[in-house]
Amino acid sequence: MKNLLNRGPSAHVWKTGVPFIWLTGSALALCLLMVIGLVALVLYHGTGFFWPSDIEVVVLKDGRTAMGQRWDKQEIPTSNRTGSGQFRIQLKVGNRDVYGSDFQWIDESDIQSTDYPRDAVVFERREWGNFYGFIEALYEGETRMSNTWDVLQAQLDETRERHEQIREIEKDAIGDLNRQIESLRLKKREIELGGGEADEIDAIDRESRSYWKAYEQLADELAQLRSANEIYRVDVRLIGGEIRQIATADVVRAYRPNQLGILGKTSVYCERIGEFLFDEPRESNTEGGVFPAIFGTVLMVFLMSLAAVPFGILAALYLREYARQGTLVRVIRIAVNNLAGVPSIVFGMFGLGFFVYGIGGSIDQLFFPEVLPTPTYGTGGILWASLTLALLTVPVMIVSSEEALSAVPSDVRAGSLALGATKLQTILRVVLPGALPGILTGIILVIARGAGEVAPLMITGVVKLAPSLPVDGIWPFFHLERKFMHLGFHIYDVGFQSPNVEAARPMVYTTTLLLMGIVLALNLVAILVRNRLRKRFGGATF
Amino acid sequence: MAEAELANTRSEAIVPDIQNPIVTVSNLSLYYGETQALFDIDLQIPEHRVTALIGPSGCGKSTLLRCMNRLNDLIDSVRIEGVVEIDNDDIYGPGYDVISLRRQVGMVFQKSNPFPKSIYENLVYGLRIAGENRRAMLDEVVERSLQAAALWDEVKDRLDDSALGLSGGQQQRLCIARAIAVEPSVILMDEPCSELDPIATGRIEETIEELKKQYTIVIVTHNMQQASRISDYTAFFYLGRLVEMAETSEMFTNPQLKQTEDYVTGRFG
Repeated sequence: MKNLLNRGPSAHVWKTGVPFIWLTGSALALCLLMVIGLVALVLYHGTGFFWPSDIEVVVLKDGRTAMGQRWDKQEIPTSNRTGSGQFRIQLKVGNRDVYGSDFQWIDESDIQSTDYPRDAVVFERREWGNFYGFIEALYEGETRMSNTWDVLQAQLDETRERHEQIREIEKDAIGDLNRQIESLRLKKREIELGGGEADEIDAIDRESRSYWKAYEQLADELAQLRSANEIYRVDVRLIGGEIRQIATADVVRAYRPNQLGILGKTSVYCERIGEFLFDEPRESNTEGGVFPAIFGTVLMVFLMSLAAVPFGILAALYLREYARQGTLVRVIRIAVNNLAGVPSIVFGMFGLGFFVYGIGGSIDQLFFPEVLPTPTYGTGGILWASLTLALLTVPVMIVSSEEALSAVPSDVRAGSLALGATKLQTILRVVLPGALPGILTGIILVIARGAGEVAPLMITGVVKLAPSLPVDGIWPFFHLERKFMHLGFHIYDVGFQSPNVEAARPMVYTTTLLLMGIVLALNLVAILVRNRLRKRFGGATF
Repeated sequence: MAEAELANTRSEAIVPDIQNPIVTVSNLSLYYGETQALFDIDLQIPEHRVTALIGPSGCGKSTLLRCMNRLNDLIDSVRIEGVVEIDNDDIYGPGYDVISLRRQVGMVFQKSNPFPKSIYENLVYGLRIAGENRRAMLDEVVERSLQAAALWDEVKDRLDDSALGLSGGQQQRLCIARAIAVEPSVILMDEPCSELDPIATGRIEETIEELKKQYTIVIVTHNMQQASRISDYTAFFYLGRLVEMAETSEMFTNPQLKQTEDYVTGRFG
């Protein structure tokens, strides 16, 4: 009997609870490892993309040559279990218009020699990707220039400036004219629909003609700028000896990585990151920047929070403070919890049916009949996407707000009531401030959930390339019916829908890094606010 | 003694004559759903005195206390019969203003319950919700009520700090100060010292001693010594009935009933 509970040393180990501590500790460690691994992977691939690595010239044993930036190195796959022991490298050779593809795999065993010529140049072009080669000659019109590098940079500056002008005219002036002409067209249509006077229509036609004249002037100006840009050309010698001519106006930036020191490379690196953050995308999103996507993501999260947070708090207040706690409330609570688990695409379908076609369609019928059949609100847009996501995240908000409210001790409520406060005063002055840190935790969860959601957006308003931002200088400044770009969708699009997936892959990591950074930044703000509140209230429970 | 027998045999409690009652409870019965918690309570609370309600747990003393500021209204299933009069007004009468009642009858809870606000805002809470926002007025009330609760010297330099940073005893005195800031006529205390150490308890008892000059205090306590130290009258409850009420000195030295004597001398309960 006395040995029943004492079964040797192994029983002793179990009694101390040490194995359980190890179990729980290693579970946590595993989670942390996976998160750190994910972040490290994204960081590794995401941050390296903009670094201007050296240009290699590889001479193969059979006499062929290749030139480009080293992209990857991997073991040659084999059926042999121990591995082949042979490696191959991937060169980004660029010059897609010449070679047909951006990349070339080269077996290391075939390489005779590797060289880093100092005057190899990378041209980043607006179209067709990078161009690698040596400058043979520069032309201004028919004149052949000497002292090529400095002249090239000066020409690049000049053409870039004209390019900006062209874009400005296209976007602002011509865009403005287009809007005027379109609004006149709609006005005319409205008059026609209402059976209006003929002279009114004539007046509109006259006005419209004057706009067309202004448009032709602008078009002339554009043509001049373009032809001024066209005179600059560069002859580039490829590694095989072939010479190709490219227009300087097509080049975004040119640099010789093999000549750049750490400082020079860093400056190119920073320039490219700046372009990534603040410019618009080009080359079907695989190059250039993602500014519209950043803007769309942040605005969408903001609009979503604006809708989801107040609604969630109000609903939670009713459930927790006013509703009689009983079966019905319990059922509602279970339903809300389940709603948080519904696949997001289902919310997307609902958003499409209810917001876009239902509400949006009705708005169009009522307020924009002259534009029909072109939809205004009756098609996906940032407003509908935000509301759909708000719907998706409101259960999270309700649940966490309820938690926060129930964490406020009932004695505190009673204390307020006992001082002669009404229920509303008690809620506004005591319960809500006490629950605020917990509610902010809810907001953090909502932001994290909302910013990472892509599927429902794809059918409620996200596009691959939005022509204009949802907020601009044109009255009424907020154009919430517009379609928008989103970092999450951008990742999907660039990574899986792009015509040149291999070239775009690093962009996927970079964009992922950026999305993670934005979610982190948004959360950080909420966390800072929460900590300040905690400090102010000396908070205990959260 | 068979408890059921006791509950059935005697319905008349022994109560003293009280000259100037401020609270009068007549025939008060209270039900939680189907369960009756108070049986026909008749009780008068004398003005400017400390009245202690004693009795074993679950005997209904806290429930009775919460009838006096209608805090039982918060519980859906509660049903009340009988009359509670404060200053000769039936507080359960139709059209009676609960808000003004609760301003007139302050309450201190068993667990200190400061609001998640600064010390200052805790104290002026009652005034602010009544619409008083004049700074000078509020400042004056803060000092006066803190002085009355013997807390002024300890917190006067950190009125803007969170009230949740105070010690347990300080928090409880803050709650007392908060209750007297709105100048009620009656203060209900529901075991205010049960979670405090002896030193903090001593300070609160001193405070109560001071307060009874101006206020009528009804205190629920489980501590016989405390009841005998601070109260002028003591009422003994058992199983939802008032058994005996008397001046405290008499109650503890010469109780009328054997049951009371057993309880106050610690033979049961």
